[in-house]
Amino acid sequence: MSNTISSEELHHTHDEEGNSMFGFFVFLLSESVIFLSFFAGYIVYKTTTPNWLPPGVDGLEVRDPAINTIILVSSSFVIYFAERALHNKNLWLFRLFLLATMAMGGYFLYGQSVEWEHLTFGFNSGVFGGSFYLLTGFHGLHVFTGVLLQSIMLLRSFIPGNYDNSHFGINATSLFWHFVDVIWIILFILIYIWQ
Amino acid sequence: MTTNISTEHHHEDVMNWRRYFSFSTDHKVIGIQYIVTSFLFFLIGGFFAMLIRGELLTPESDLLDRSVYNAMFTMHGTVMLFMWTFPVLTGLANYLVPLMIGARDMAFPRLNAAAFWMVPVFGIILLSSFFVPGGPAQAGWWSYPPISIQNPAGTFINGQLLWLMAITISGVSSIMGAVNFVTTIVKMRAPGMTYFRMPAYVWAVLSAQIIQLFGLPALTAGAVMLLCDLSFGTTFFDPSQGGNPVLYQHFFWFYSHPAVYVIILPVFGIFSEVFPVYARKPLFGYRVVAISSLLIAGVSALVWVHHMFASGTPGWMRMVFMGTTMLVSVPTGIKVFAWVATIWGGKLRLNTAMLFALGALVMFVFSGITGIMLGSVPVDIHVNNTYFVVGHFHYVLYGAVTMGVYAALYHWFPKMSGRMYNEGLGQLHFLLTFVGANLNFWPMHPLGLQGMLRRVSSYDPEYTFWNVIASIGGFLLGMSTLPFILNIIGSWVTGKQAPDNPWRAIGLEWMVSSPPPVENFDEIPIVISGPYGYGQSEPLTKSQDVSQE
Repeated sequence: MSNTISSEELHHTHDEEGNSMFGFFVFLLSESVIFLSFFAGYIVYKTTTPNWLPPGVDGLEVRDPAINTIILVSSSFVIYFAERALHNKNLWLFRLFLLATMAMGGYFLYGQSVEWEHLTFGFNSGVFGGSFYLLTGFHGLHVFTGVLLQSIMLLRSFIPGNYDNSHFGINATSLFWHFVDVIWIILFILIYIWQ
Repeated sequence: MTTNISTEHHHEDVMNWRRYFSFSTDHKVIGIQYIVTSFLFFLIGGFFAMLIRGELLTPESDLLDRSVYNAMFTMHGTVMLFMWTFPVLTGLANYLVPLMIGARDMAFPRLNAAAFWMVPVFGIILLSSFFVPGGPAQAGWWSYPPISIQNPAGTFINGQLLWLMAITISGVSSIMGAVNFVTTIVKMRAPGMTYFRMPAYVWAVLSAQIIQLFGLPALTAGAVMLLCDLSFGTTFFDPSQGGNPVLYQHFFWFYSHPAVYVIILPVFGIFSEVFPVYARKPLFGYRVVAISSLLIAGVSALVWVHHMFASGTPGWMRMVFMGTTMLVSVPTGIKVFAWVATIWGGKLRLNTAMLFALGALVMFVFSGITGIMLGSVPVDIHVNNTYFVVGHFHYVLYGAVTMGVYAALYHWFPKMSGRMYNEGLGQLHFLLTFVGANLNFWPMHPLGLQGMLRRVSSYDPEYTFWNVIASIGGFLLGMSTLPFILNIIGSWVTGKQAPDNPWRAIGLEWMVSSPPPVENFDEIPIVISGPYGYGQSEPLTKSQDVSQE
C-alpha cells in the first residue's frame, strides 16, 4: 500500500505552476517573433518603397496616439499593483486595480478606433496602409485578448478560494500585459515617431 | 497489494484499442495517433508522387492536365512536409521523450492532445481544396507571390486560401507542441537525469523544438500577409502595386530552411539511439554529439538566403550566406564521424532497424555532399531550379528522414505494441526502399546537371532515359509500403509477445513493460549514470527507497 501512496506523492511533487509559467514565457518569446517579423517587414518597406505615403496623406497625427501610449504604459504599473494586492491577500484592492487596468486597456482600444475612423487611407492604400493597419490591428487584437483575460481573472476572484493555491492565471495575464505594452512602445516608435 | 491491483488496472487500459480513437491525454496514445495519422497522409502524398512519376515517364505532357500537374507537385510537397515528416517526428518524440527522461507524461497533456487533433483538421482543410472552384493551390509548396496571389478561379474560397489556412493551423499546432516539449524537457526530468545524462535523441528534440519557436512565427507572419494580399486587397507582395515579393521569400525561408533541421535533427537523434544498441558500443563523443545539435539549431537561423541566391540577392550577401551554409556542415560532420566511430569495430546486429539506420546514414552523407555543392554560389546559380535540387532534398527527406523514421518505428515497435515484428518482411521492406529510393532520386542529379527544370510536366526527349529509371524507382517505393503495412498490422495482431527489453538496450524506456503502463513508471526512477553504458557494468538507475515516507 505504501508503494502506491509514495508514487502518487512523487507525481505531485512536480511544480505544476512553475511549469505553466515557464511554458507561457516560452510561448510569449515565440509570439514576439511574429511581431519582430512584421517590424522587419515594416522597416524594409519604409526604407525601400518609392512612394511611401499614399496620395493625399501627409503623415500620422502623433498627439492622440501619444496620450494612448502613456495610458497603456501606465496600466502596466497598475496591473503590477493588482498582483501585489493579491499577493498580500487584499482581494478588494486586487479587484480595484484590475478593474482600473481593464478601463485603461479599454480606453486604449477606444482611442485607437477613433483614430482609425478619422484616417483618410485604408487597408488597401498601398504597402503603407497595409502595414499600418496590419501592425496596429494585430497589436489591438492582443490588447483585446489581454482585457479579456483580465475580465476572466476578475470574475474568478469571486469564486471563493480561487486564488488560495495558484496565482498562475493572474501572473500570466500580467506578463502578457507587459508584453503587449513593450510591443506597443516599439510599434509607436517605428510608426509614429519615425515618419 | 494495492500496487498489484493498480498495475493490472493499468494493463487493462493499455490494451483497450478504443483509446486510440478518443481525446486521450496519454502521451503514448497521442504519439501513436500522430504516427498513424501522418502515415495515412504519407500514403496520400505518395499517391500524388506516383501520378507525377507517371506523367514524367514520357517527354510529352499526356497523363495529367498541366494545371492538375501543378496541383500535384504543390500538394505532394505540402503533404509530405507538413503532414508526414513534421507530425510523424512529433509523434515519435511524443511517445519517447517522457519515457526517456523519466516523466509520467508531457508537461501539458491537454495542450498535447489539442495540438494533435489539429493535424487531421488542417489535413482535411488542405485536401478539401480538390473540391473548390479552380482546384488546389498550384504555386508550389513554397507559394511564392506573385503566382500565389493571382487567384485564377476568382472566388473567395480557393485552393490557395485553403492552403494558407492549413499552413497557419499547422503552425499553431507546432508551436503548441514546441512549448510543451521544451517545458517537458527542461522541467520534468527524473531525479538524477541531468542534461548530460539525457539520451542524444532528447537533445536533438530539444534543439529542433527551439528552432520551431524562433522560426515558425516568421512563416506565420508571411502567411498572414499573403492571405491579406490574396483575399483582402492589400499589396504587400504585389510588385505591380509597389509591393515586395522578395520579402515573402525571406519570411518563408527564415522558417523553412531551419525547418529542414527541425526534421533532420530528431533523425540524427534516432541514429544516436539505434547505432549504440546494435553495435553494442557506447555512443562515440556523446557530449559533442549532444552539443552539436544545439549548434546546428543556432547556425540554422543564419543560412536562409542560400535559397535565394538567384532572387536578385546582392553579391556580398551571397558570400555571407555561402559561408554560414558551409558552417552547418561542421557540427553535422562531427555527428557523422561520431556515428561511424560508434559502429567501427562493433559487433553489428543487422536487423531491420539497424539496416534502415545504416541505409539512412549513407543516404544522408550523399545528400550532405550535394548540399555543400548547392551551398556554393557558382554551382547553385548553374543548377538553380533544376532536378539537381530536387534530387538533393529527396535524398534528405526520403533517404535520411523517411528511412530514419522507419528505423525508429522498427526499433521501438516492440515497445509500442508489445509485439515483435516480422524480420523477413522488414528486410524485404528495407531492400525495396533502399533500391527504390536510389533508383528514383539518383538519376535526378545528372538530369539537373543537364538542365532539366523542376515543376514542368513535359521535357526534352534526351532526358527520357533517366526519367524512366526514376519512375521505376518511384513505383518501387510505392510498392515498398505494402510489406511495411502488412508487417505492422500483422505483427500487432498476431506477433510474438515482446519482452520489456528485446534488444538489450540501455534506456529508461526499456525498463518499463511493453507496452508501458498508463503513467509509465510505478515509481519515478533515480538516474545514476549516463545513457550509453554499453560494455560497462554501471546500472542506469537505482531503485527509489519507498519505505521512507
